[in-house]
Amino acid sequence: MIEQLLGISTDRLVNSAVQTVYMMGWSLFFGVLLGIPFALLLVLTRKGGILPRPTWNFIINGIINLVRSVPFVILLVFISPFTKFLVHTRIGTKAAIVPLTLYIAPYIARLVESSLLEVDSGIIEASKAMGATVPQIIRYFLIPEAKASLVLAITTGTIGLLGATAMAGTIGGGGMGDLALTYGYQRFNNPLMLATVIVLILFVQMIQSIGNRISKKLRG
Amino acid sequence: MIRIRNVSKTFHSKEGNIEALNNVSLEVDQGDIYGVIGFSGAGKSTLIRLVNQLETNDSGEVEVNGVDVKKASSKELRKLRKNIGMIFQQFNLLDTRNVYENIAMPLILEGWKKEKIEARVKELLQFIGLEDRGKTPVNKLSGGQKQRVGIARALALNPSILLCDEATSALDPRTTESILQLLKTINRELGVTILLITHEMSVISKICNKVAVMEDGEIVEQGEVIDVFSNPKSEIARNFVQTVISDRIPEEIFNSLKKEGGLNNIIKLTFKGENAKSALVSEINKEYDLKTTILFASVNEIQNQILGVLILRLKGSQEEIDKALDYIRRTDVKMEEVNVND
Repeated sequence: MIEQLLGISTDRLVNSAVQTVYMMGWSLFFGVLLGIPFALLLVLTRKGGILPRPTWNFIINGIINLVRSVPFVILLVFISPFTKFLVHTRIGTKAAIVPLTLYIAPYIARLVESSLLEVDSGIIEASKAMGATVPQIIRYFLIPEAKASLVLAITTGTIGLLGATAMAGTIGGGGMGDLALTYGYQRFNNPLMLATVIVLILFVQMIQSIGNRISKKLRG
Repeated sequence: MIRIRNVSKTFHSKEGNIEALNNVSLEVDQGDIYGVIGFSGAGKSTLIRLVNQLETNDSGEVEVNGVDVKKASSKELRKLRKNIGMIFQQFNLLDTRNVYENIAMPLILEGWKKEKIEARVKELLQFIGLEDRGKTPVNKLSGGQKQRVGIARALALNPSILLCDEATSALDPRTTESILQLLKTINRELGVTILLITHEMSVISKICNKVAVMEDGEIVEQGEVIDVFSNPKSEIARNFVQTVISDRIPEEIFNSLKKEGGLNNIIKLTFKGENAKSALVSEINKEYDLKTTILFASVNEIQNQILGVLILRLKGSQEEIDKALDYIRRTDVKMEEVNVND
């Protein structure tokens, strides 16, 4: 039934969805792993921060802005030597994870930065007055107090990432977006286009509502 | 215990420089409840933050127990801070955690064992009268309860100094009273030296033994609370004292006196401590041929000492009045002639 209506095999549809989840999952994981330390560095080293280092802050800010200014489609191909060095291939789903990570990490860094800046400065002051070390301030005060807002920030990042995966087809990454473009758009298969868009909408709704729920729970 | 000497601090911003502290000196002894009063922007909040170096002084020295806190290494400074508790106007509790976890925080940072933390927190909860609220999220507490939790947290490591940054300014009068009594208990029973800042003179009159009055980054007056209350020298100190102890002729009396042209020979007497028991008024009446009318009287207790204010009008021949004034001048009672024309 579905196969006739959409003109592709169910396998391909499922496979595309799996590819999307695979790319998103890994690049989100690495993106958060890279983005949060950068965000912490930004917050700590800023003027009036816990460890003010204006030069460092300037450099980190510059790097983040630089990477963020490259459009994702260009980033995909531009860094292919680097991709090859890391995963030993320039194309495919696995290769797409590298540019996706590089795309999402600075975005997450900015989102997390603004979450961390929301933490009441009075709480940081109290932590210092208690004689907490900088790692202790981060672990016991900064991160826990920003947790709920951090979850929402990462949710926003994840949805941004979903949009980016659609372009992964450029380097043969596959995924739902690629399916819609190559099989739907280029073959004038409108039912398939519509179906992928609906699946993507469901993805977004799901991610956002999970994020909202966790954040609400953390707020207590 | 705390010695602040010739300290200055300027904040630089794009809008220009703000001189928060200008050559400020202050000394807090062991066992004091030292109050710093001033309007917002007077520099008192910067001053209190120098003690645990949440703000650094540009010049001058801040010594705590003989250690120059500005020269301390970051490790020494952290050790020092654990000996200085601090509570805040906005409490600054961790909203994501419950009462127990908030109080336990300084102990967790110290790496205490779980059982030891449990015993200490239980003790502290009892001390602040919130035994059964350990599991309550802090955002479910009233302002007064929050400040109690803040106090328990500040006392967790048995500090010898407690800094109070406008600790009662966000509380209603009744809650303020109970927090002030708690601070007094901490000072007396636990022997904790307290340095507090406030803009309310009533806080000073209720619990402090020493006071410094600040204006525009400078200390304009300081000393024993009873001395500043009985004999304020600066305009701003006088204004602050008047917020607690009125020394004005009630308007009704003033107007009727004005009508009959009797606004002369009015004196204000301030009795302090022992001399509050003297029978000065009846002595004058007996010794000199004049009549006295009481226009205003108040008796206050400050630091377990009596502070009385009496405004009198003397009626009689000028010669007798002058003699009486001479007589009063020879006593310990402070006398001022009240100029009612302004």
